[in-house]
Amino acid sequence: MIRVEKRKEPLRYQGAVAASSAVVIAFLVGCVIFAGLGVHPLTAYLAMGKGVFSSVDAFSEVLVKATPLIFTGLAVATAASMMLWNIGAEGQLVWGGICAAGTALFLFPGMDAWLVIPLVLAASALGGLVWSLIPALLKAKLKVNEILTTLLLNYVAIIYMEHLFYGPWRDPAGFGFPGTAQIPEAAHLVRFAGTRISLGFPLALLCAVFLYYLLKKSIWGYQVLVIGKEQRAARYAGFNVNGKILTVMALSGAFAGMAGMVEVCGIHYRLQTGLAVGYGYDGIIVAWLAGLNPLAVPFTAILLGALFVGGEQLQSVLGLPSSISLILEGALLFGLFAGQALGGYTVTISGRSKVAS
Amino acid sequence: MIEDLIFITQISIKSSVAVLLATVGGIITERSGVLNLGIEGMMLVGALAGFAAGHFTQSPMIAVAAGTLAGGLLSLVHAFFTIALRSNQVLSGLALTILGTGLANFLGRPLIGQTGVRIRQLPIPLLSDIPVIGEVFFNQSPFAYAAYLLVPLVWFALFRTRTGLVLRAVGEDARSADAAGVNVELTRALSVFVGGLFAGLAGTYLSLSYTPGWKETMTGGQGWIAIAMIIFCTWNPLLAFFGALLFGGLTALQFFFQATSMDLIPSYILKMLPYLLTIGVLVLVSASSRHRKSASPADLGVPFNREL
Repeated sequence: MIRVEKRKEPLRYQGAVAASSAVVIAFLVGCVIFAGLGVHPLTAYLAMGKGVFSSVDAFSEVLVKATPLIFTGLAVATAASMMLWNIGAEGQLVWGGICAAGTALFLFPGMDAWLVIPLVLAASALGGLVWSLIPALLKAKLKVNEILTTLLLNYVAIIYMEHLFYGPWRDPAGFGFPGTAQIPEAAHLVRFAGTRISLGFPLALLCAVFLYYLLKKSIWGYQVLVIGKEQRAARYAGFNVNGKILTVMALSGAFAGMAGMVEVCGIHYRLQTGLAVGYGYDGIIVAWLAGLNPLAVPFTAILLGALFVGGEQLQSVLGLPSSISLILEGALLFGLFAGQALGGYTVTISGRSKVAS
Repeated sequence: MIEDLIFITQISIKSSVAVLLATVGGIITERSGVLNLGIEGMMLVGALAGFAAGHFTQSPMIAVAAGTLAGGLLSLVHAFFTIALRSNQVLSGLALTILGTGLANFLGRPLIGQTGVRIRQLPIPLLSDIPVIGEVFFNQSPFAYAAYLLVPLVWFALFRTRTGLVLRAVGEDARSADAAGVNVELTRALSVFVGGLFAGLAGTYLSLSYTPGWKETMTGGQGWIAIAMIIFCTWNPLLAFFGALLFGGLTALQFFFQATSMDLIPSYILKMLPYLLTIGVLVLVSASSRHRKSASPADLGVPFNREL
């Protein structure tokens, strides 16, 4: 007989099991959608796969997309390791972009690259950090729900950015095109051999390793993880919970801000509409798919990057709207929940039946 | 001057209908103990389904029914994952918004720029002849009238009927409600579904009446504002009127300044105001309820598990 039982101890590789079942479920959802649209699922997935793996150029685009996703994924994971919800990575990314462009354009226009790049990076991290401190302060001092404040501030940040590049920062020589002037060449991030992969990618990997060691090997990280698991116990132990809310959110915002910098200085070279395209929200999926493990974040970011590049391919080859990747993203998250729930059970198939205890 | 004021108030009500409907639906869901952050996604899917049904059938009735039902159907995804699988409610709600946005953008692509049915203002005979009040309240779309009726109705159902008592009991203390023989899972699933219907109706209002047509991300965060308004009105549908009006008032002010081309306040600040004000409202609620017991349902966000 077949019996489904609750597992007494969690699976050893529960996170990996849940993540792979997420991919399988998203894949199946995709099959249903493609079939519903009258496209053979195999044709569609082949087109996606071809778009991703057909050449070095194509695959390099995946890493280009993955770069900001690693940063926003780390931002969400940082906050979530203390059970804080940073849904505001999008707005922090925008502020990072504003500060990066502003610093490069107006503060240090004539400076050398080796000086201007670190300055621009610091400015973008600071921009994201300050923006994330608003909800952090409200949470620490007044217990205001951070889910809503971080999210609502996204709209504010985007409106302000649009005001800047439609108004005071608009390129006077831009023929009315909404966007700032191009940032000076010294502020452009170095790109690798003929691709659009910039210095931002190794920087993102470095940040992932940094966060891993910070959480796993420092007292600060230990306290953050304990607070995340058992806040009441942490308070009794004398941990400064409110102070941690501020530092955790600050670090989270700084990561998201850097995502804005790698976009502005690595891809667009100016502040323009293409900056706020949802990488902040995608970071939620990247982080949770990675089981909040910073070292797994780059992998899930690459997975999502491949999904985006594949989605664009579907649009250009088969004429399907590329927003299908957004549906598959949602399916990935729901697939993850299903995987987590299923991982909690065992299925035993045996000949003899036992009396249920 | 008086005419300006009447104009602003009328537009305020017009601009608050979607947030009001979504807030009231969210109250029903949260009162049963389930947090659904997917309102924005359900509104978008409702807006698209309503518009598409109107476009293809030219029937306002079918359009409204389709939009409302679409919101309800999408909410069942959240119900399944949070109630049956006990997934994290915050994360599942976020996933619902992502999924809903994706579905609406994907399926709505061919409908951008098309025309559908349009539900116009419908002055109520006699009532709309009352000076000032008639113009402000009774020269609105049928959606507004539906909201006038639904809000007190939901209040009555929640606080004066047995069904409402059961629903609130499940939200306050699921274990006790279960011991008393209430089917906790079913009650919660139905509450989530009804909340989804309201969000769908709210979205339909946007695409059929408020800004007729289909545009990607046309809800512009109103679903999130509704979630904040639920907290603001302490989970009481009657107070939702005020919360929604606050939002509508700011939107109307924005129109007014634009229409009269007054440069008193820069337009980007005006655009930010609804979001900033919503944050301000949340701060106010938190600051004022610090020493009192929270009005939030005690079991909000806590999955029910009989085996534990």
